[in-house]
Amino acid sequence: MPPDIAKPAESGHASIGDVVKIREQTIWQKIVASQPFWVTVALLVLVAFMTMLEPSFGTVDNAANVTRNFAPFGIMALGMTVVIITGGIDLSVGSIMGLVAIVAGLFLTWEYPWYVAFFMGLLAGLACGAVNGFFVAYVGMPSFVVTLGMLSIARSLAVVFSGNQMLYKFGPDAPIVKAIGQAKFPHQVPGDSIPDWIPQFSSHFWVMIVMALVVGYVFNFKAYGRHLMAIGGNENAARLTGVPVDWIKFQAYVFSAFTASIASLLLLGYNGSAINAMGQGYELRVIAATVIGGANLMGGAGTAFGAIVGSAFLEVIRNALLMAGIDSNWQGAFVGAFIILAVLLGMQSGGKSLIAATVERMFPKKHR
Amino acid sequence: MALLDIRNVSKSFGAIQAVNDISFAIERGEVVGLMGDNGAGKSTMVKLIAGNFPPSEGEIAVEGEVCHFHKPIEARAKGIEVVYQDLAIADNLTAAQNVFLGRELKKGPWPFRVLDKQAMIDRAAELFGELKSETRPRDLVRKMSGGQRQAVAIARTRLSKAHMVLMDEPTAAISVRQVAEVLELIRRLKAQGVAVILISHRMPDVFAVCDRIIVMRRGAKVADKTVAQTSPEEITGLITGAIRAA
Repeated sequence: MPPDIAKPAESGHASIGDVVKIREQTIWQKIVASQPFWVTVALLVLVAFMTMLEPSFGTVDNAANVTRNFAPFGIMALGMTVVIITGGIDLSVGSIMGLVAIVAGLFLTWEYPWYVAFFMGLLAGLACGAVNGFFVAYVGMPSFVVTLGMLSIARSLAVVFSGNQMLYKFGPDAPIVKAIGQAKFPHQVPGDSIPDWIPQFSSHFWVMIVMALVVGYVFNFKAYGRHLMAIGGNENAARLTGVPVDWIKFQAYVFSAFTASIASLLLLGYNGSAINAMGQGYELRVIAATVIGGANLMGGAGTAFGAIVGSAFLEVIRNALLMAGIDSNWQGAFVGAFIILAVLLGMQSGGKSLIAATVERMFPKKHR
Repeated sequence: MALLDIRNVSKSFGAIQAVNDISFAIERGEVVGLMGDNGAGKSTMVKLIAGNFPPSEGEIAVEGEVCHFHKPIEARAKGIEVVYQDLAIADNLTAAQNVFLGRELKKGPWPFRVLDKQAMIDRAAELFGELKSETRPRDLVRKMSGGQRQAVAIARTRLSKAHMVLMDEPTAAISVRQVAEVLELIRRLKAQGVAVILISHRMPDVFAVCDRIIVMRRGAKVADKTVAQTSPEEITGLITGAIRAA
């Protein structure tokens, strides 16, 4: 018996929901339709698979290792996500890392206190971001060109400032710098009360988590986040409705440079030395992570969660291939394949991701 | 007193005289069609009223007060809203988010002043209800029909309780059924006492909703007639120049 006949006819006027066939998406449908969700599923499957296959993968030490390795990329992916949401791109983050490390390293070498060195490094990074932002937002140049130029400029400055030398004689504050980069929490010592299954997460990881929470908060609950999305969706519309488009775009590039600076300072502390080649090629990995995490290069879409998951995914693949004993030269091929795959899965067809659409076709709903 | 009074307004860009000595007045709740061929100066006229730039000569008075607009936001403060041809809505946001874009409702103390999403959704739903439009606040604009998009753009003008709405080619690129929807929206605005200036090339639409039609040719006003006094044939003649003036 068809269900319609059994149901008593409702009295009163039909609401819009009854008339229009497509109903508003429930939260669950929205999650299932999103790319970060499927990347998270893929990540969990990969982790579970590797844990079963390779005993050394699922260890507490490796968890601490992997999270520390992807944290700098996660931090930068947050900045990149902001830029990509506005419809731009920032190719200069890797070079900015190099410049920040060298500037901070020089001040440490000159025996300034660590906070002065970090501040000067940060300042150098923010200056690069401000130059990017100025030319993109106020002069109206394509972000690709401006940040490509900055990629070259910042790296060159790093080489010049460092005299093409590695900086490692860091003066009296060297232990503090190292402590910042190598700090662990919770810190496991034999015989303490912390359960041994909790990994010793690095300071990099915690900085990333805090920054992700802040960015996620802004994206979801602040008018600022909504304006970012609007700029990416229709810049002209945002301008006409009174959104300060140029100012927000400028800030996006400064924020991206800020994340690169933070990542650079953490790595500087971890390595205990500064080289001008720091971050070389990182921009592509960061962009890859951001895109895998569901940011749309055309602008208007991206999440803080996606940025983190995308970076984690790339690092876990790298780590898994390493542990599985596959020649490290294969990494690029795998990473590339996953970039294409992730975007393919996230492709929207009629408001549903490819996977959601396929699942629905395989298991059609009985009641419409 | 007229809601909008255009007094001997001219606008030139360098040597080009885009608008030449135009005067007309618009009352509350009046729907006026602004017609003319491409390059007749319609867009310049709209931009003058919307505050994109001030006139070179003459003055614009809103409710008897002479205004000098330099930015659209200043005109908006005086209750003049524009529905742009491309609607100025962001596809990747929902209907409610678009309605409140740039004017979001917030709650809570600084720095935890967050978006009041529920209030915005409720208010947007209310506005769509007033317009009798089948548009739901949580739907993405990307998935909407042309008529629903127009409703979103028009709802935005209702948010600020505008006295006057300028609509630039609202029926240009949508289906027949959606055109009827948009014309209905214009009638609703009129019923609420809002004056509408409708810029359109589509003669049937203009005759369907307008009280009065102003025709422009080569920067000058060549006719200002009530719909009852004229015919589509006459207006066509006026637009093309076959009829000099009426």
